[in-house]
Amino acid sequence: MKELSNSVCIVGVDESDEVGKQPDVSQLSLHLQASLNAIADAGLKVSDVDGIFTAGQHSPATLGEALGVNPRYVDGTSVGGCSFIIMVGHALLALHHGLCDVALISHGESGRSGTGVTRGRDTSLSGQYEMPYGFGGAPTYFGMITNRHMHEYGTTLEDWAKVAVSTRAWAGLNPKAMFRDPITVQDVLDSRPMFYPFNLLNICLVTDAGGAVVLTRADRAQDCAKKPVYVRGAGEGTDHVLVTEMEELPLSVATRNSGKKAFEMAGVSHGDFDHIMLYDAFTSGPPIMLESLGFCEPGEGCSFFDAGKSDPGGSLPINTNGGGLSYTHSGMYGIFPIIEAVRQQRGECGDRQVPGASLSLVNGMGGMLSAAGTIVLSNQK
Amino acid sequence: MELKRPLPTPRTPEAKPYWDGLKEGKLMIPKCNDCGHVHFYPRIVCPSCHSRNIGWTQASGKGKLYSFEIAHRSLNPAFKIEAPYILAMIELEEGPRMMSNLINIDPDPAVVKCDMPVEIVFEKQNDDVTIALFQPAS
Repeated sequence: MKELSNSVCIVGVDESDEVGKQPDVSQLSLHLQASLNAIADAGLKVSDVDGIFTAGQHSPATLGEALGVNPRYVDGTSVGGCSFIIMVGHALLALHHGLCDVALISHGESGRSGTGVTRGRDTSLSGQYEMPYGFGGAPTYFGMITNRHMHEYGTTLEDWAKVAVSTRAWAGLNPKAMFRDPITVQDVLDSRPMFYPFNLLNICLVTDAGGAVVLTRADRAQDCAKKPVYVRGAGEGTDHVLVTEMEELPLSVATRNSGKKAFEMAGVSHGDFDHIMLYDAFTSGPPIMLESLGFCEPGEGCSFFDAGKSDPGGSLPINTNGGGLSYTHSGMYGIFPIIEAVRQQRGECGDRQVPGASLSLVNGMGGMLSAAGTIVLSNQK
Repeated sequence: MELKRPLPTPRTPEAKPYWDGLKEGKLMIPKCNDCGHVHFYPRIVCPSCHSRNIGWTQASGKGKLYSFEIAHRSLNPAFKIEAPYILAMIELEEGPRMMSNLINIDPDPAVVKCDMPVEIVFEKQNDDVTIALFQPAS
């Protein structure tokens, strides 16, 4: 795996023209806006793209058709919101072996407005064994993991609230974030009860948004418009789908496996990172991911959010775009932490730039910590 | 009578002994005839040894509340039980976990506790369907 490290670069990233409330933009258009913007960011043409990667309701064939591209390589891996992070690893392999030369990973989701969206997925398991009891929707499941964590490790509602507060502080520095006003721990505790242990401010936004990432081999990347960001390592894993089947609840086997592979390929360890992006659908997600990845002992993940450590100016900035909690969360959020990490590595983040950022971790989950993708990104080989 | 819950849909053929058992007031769960592992949800392969030689066993209906949430609303319009109600993950004493509701207790985190002992309550939905709910063990 070592020879794969640094062999490809992310050369283009962008969102749809706007993110947030976009009732007049169809889901497919969110895809296409993001794709065209990211290709332009790379200084490439649509006709350069010969590998298409996407998850969700649109297949890579639909995207190729809409863009007028006949790709040499397609990937429609769909294991939840982290699919796009996993696809960075898949694109790495395809590019390295010459199966394609320019890979486009695209996301578009009209998660809030439902514009141009048709529903339909297999619910034969959930329909029999969960929905009769009122389950349905991510908060009804992730709270199970969260509450068990509280039981086993004594984690408190205040501990989780600190994650929301830190993430909101970053959102205040991101002009694209939906919610930017600072909040306190008390604000989180006083917000509307939803699904104990979650109040409203423990739960991510629901928005309309697209995002895309363009990759090419490292040699070609030097000729693109922006400073290349190297994919130092990539890893993936899956564990369960139904939370009742989660092997080491409240920790995630998928997350641990994905991180181990990515760190090995990159030749890095936990202490090397100066910037971290984690999939925050819920405030409890990032601490549990840090524990599952081995950054700390089980039960100690919230300490990363203590005393301003993860905040702007803190010793280990986490979720610097404002996260799914405050910036944007269209449904399958995983493309957005990649975009933010690339921008941090390029030094493009303005007020929220992490000074001297040189090694970013991106980890995301699919489903309820069911699947996971981890990538390690750097502006240096 | 108006249904307050979405009926289990679609009931799959491999789960028939489970649903038939509930109608008779029995909690039937799959058991591997080769390795003895008991699993839930019903499927045609043992997730422990990967054998297809699966039989059924009657569970005691006793277990513990592995984790829970207190729902202050429903995200599914077909679920009409009045909030707040308790979403429950039950760990059966035979080992497998299943989702359910915990009933006959205040939906208050001060009294509902992880690992509290629970027991099954059969709740008939219609002539075709009975579901498994749980209450604090007597």
